[in-house]
Amino acid sequence: MDAIIEAESAGRVATDPLVPEQFRIERLKRETEDTFTLELVPVEETREISFLPGQFNMLYVFGVGEVAISISSNPAEASRLEHTTRRVGVVTKAMGMLKPGETLGVRGPFGSHWPVAEEDGRDFVVVAGGIGLAPLRPVLYHLMAQRERYRNIVLLYGARSQEEILYKRELERWRGKFDLEVQVTVDRGASGWRGNVGVVTPMIARAPFNPSNTVALICGPEIMMRFAVMELQKRGVPAERTYLSMERNMKCAVGYCGHCQYGPTFVCKDGPVFRLDRITSIFGKGEI
Amino acid sequence: MIQSLETIIKGHPFFADLPEKHLQFITGCAKNVAFPELFTIFQEGDSANEFYFIREGLVSVELIVPQRGVTTIQTVAEGEILGWSWVSPPYRWHFAARTLQRTRALVFDAKCLRTKCEEDHDLGYELLSRFMSVVSARLDATRLQLLDIYGRHN
Repeated sequence: MDAIIEAESAGRVATDPLVPEQFRIERLKRETEDTFTLELVPVEETREISFLPGQFNMLYVFGVGEVAISISSNPAEASRLEHTTRRVGVVTKAMGMLKPGETLGVRGPFGSHWPVAEEDGRDFVVVAGGIGLAPLRPVLYHLMAQRERYRNIVLLYGARSQEEILYKRELERWRGKFDLEVQVTVDRGASGWRGNVGVVTPMIARAPFNPSNTVALICGPEIMMRFAVMELQKRGVPAERTYLSMERNMKCAVGYCGHCQYGPTFVCKDGPVFRLDRITSIFGKGEI
Repeated sequence: MIQSLETIIKGHPFFADLPEKHLQFITGCAKNVAFPELFTIFQEGDSANEFYFIREGLVSVELIVPQRGVTTIQTVAEGEILGWSWVSPPYRWHFAARTLQRTRALVFDAKCLRTKCEEDHDLGYELLSRFMSVVSARLDATRLQLLDIYGRHN
C-alpha cells in the first residue's frame, strides 16, 4: 500500500484506491498528430489535487476501459490535472474523442516519484525521449519554481521529428531562460529544421553538468534509456543518482493484480520511477 | 582570454593522453577557421583532406536524396569531431557538411597527418583508435535512428 501512503504524504485524502472519482474535461489540446493533453478538474469542487512529480493516475473512459497515464501538470497547481497521452489503443482513442464538459473517472495518484525534493544543491540532467517528456514535465515545473535550490539544470529531449515535439511553446520559453539549458534533437530533420538531428543520448557527453554532483532522470523508450544510462556512466554519474521511469501493463495500480510485474517488483507500486542501482540486475534484460 | 591552439587541443577529450610529441605535430597541422551561417564546408564526393573539431556552432551532415532534396543525416555540435572520410581510401567525403549557425572550428590538415601516420605507426594507432571511437558512436546513434524508437509501435 506504499502508493496510498505516498498519496497521503502528498496531501491527498486517500479514499478507496479502486474507486474512481469523476473529473470533468476542461480542455483537450492536440500536441502532435497522435498525442493530446487532457486538462481535468474535479467534479467535486472542494477536492484539491496533490501529487508528486513522476506519479500516475488511472483514467477511466466510462464503458470503454481504464489506462495508466502519467501526470504531466504542474505539481503546484491544486485545481486541475493534466495528462498527455498518445492515441494507441481502444481506451486512448476513445479518450481522444471526448469533448470539453464530458467526464471521466480518475483513480490516483499512484506510484513512486522523481527525487526532486530530496536533492538540494545538485545538478539535474533530465533526459527525455518522445512522449517520455510528459512524466518529466512536473519535474521541470518544480525545478524552475524552486530554482535557487539547485545548480545546473539540463533538459535533453529527443523526438522523432519536428512535428512530434511535445510542449513546443513551453520548450521555447524554457529555452529562453538563462538558468536552464534546453537541448532538443530530432531523428529526422526536415528541410527548414535548423536544430540538432540525431538521437538524444550522445548529447549527454557534452551537456553542462558536474557528474559527481548530478542527479539524472530518464524517461523514454527502454532502448533509449539503456543507451542514456551507458552515456551517463561514461560521464561518471553514479547508479544511485540515476532514476528511470519504467513502463509496464498497469491494471489495478495498487499491486494486487500482478499485470505490471517487473522482476521482483510491481511497476505500479514500486515504480514507475526506479533508482538504477535497485534494478541493475533486471534492467535491459529481454526475459524480464 | 585567447587560448593557444595547443591549449585548445590538449583540453579536448579526443586528444586526451596523447604523447607530447604527437600533440605538437598535430597542433602544427591545425588552424582556426570560422564559417558564416549556411556555409558549405565540404561537398559530397570532394577530396577529404581535412577534419574539423567544432568549437562553437552547429553543422549539418547532409545527403542529396533524389526527389527528396537535401536530407540531414545528423548534426555535429560544439565539442564534436566532423569528418572521418580522410581515414580510409578513396579519401572522398561521403556526405556534405553545411553550417546551420555561425561556426568556429579547428581544421586539421589530414593529408599531412595521413603521411605522418604512414611514417610513425604509433601516431597512426593513436589517431585511428580515437577515430574508431567516433565512428563507433556514430554507428550506435545511426542504429538507434533506424530503430525509429519513438514510432507508433512503442
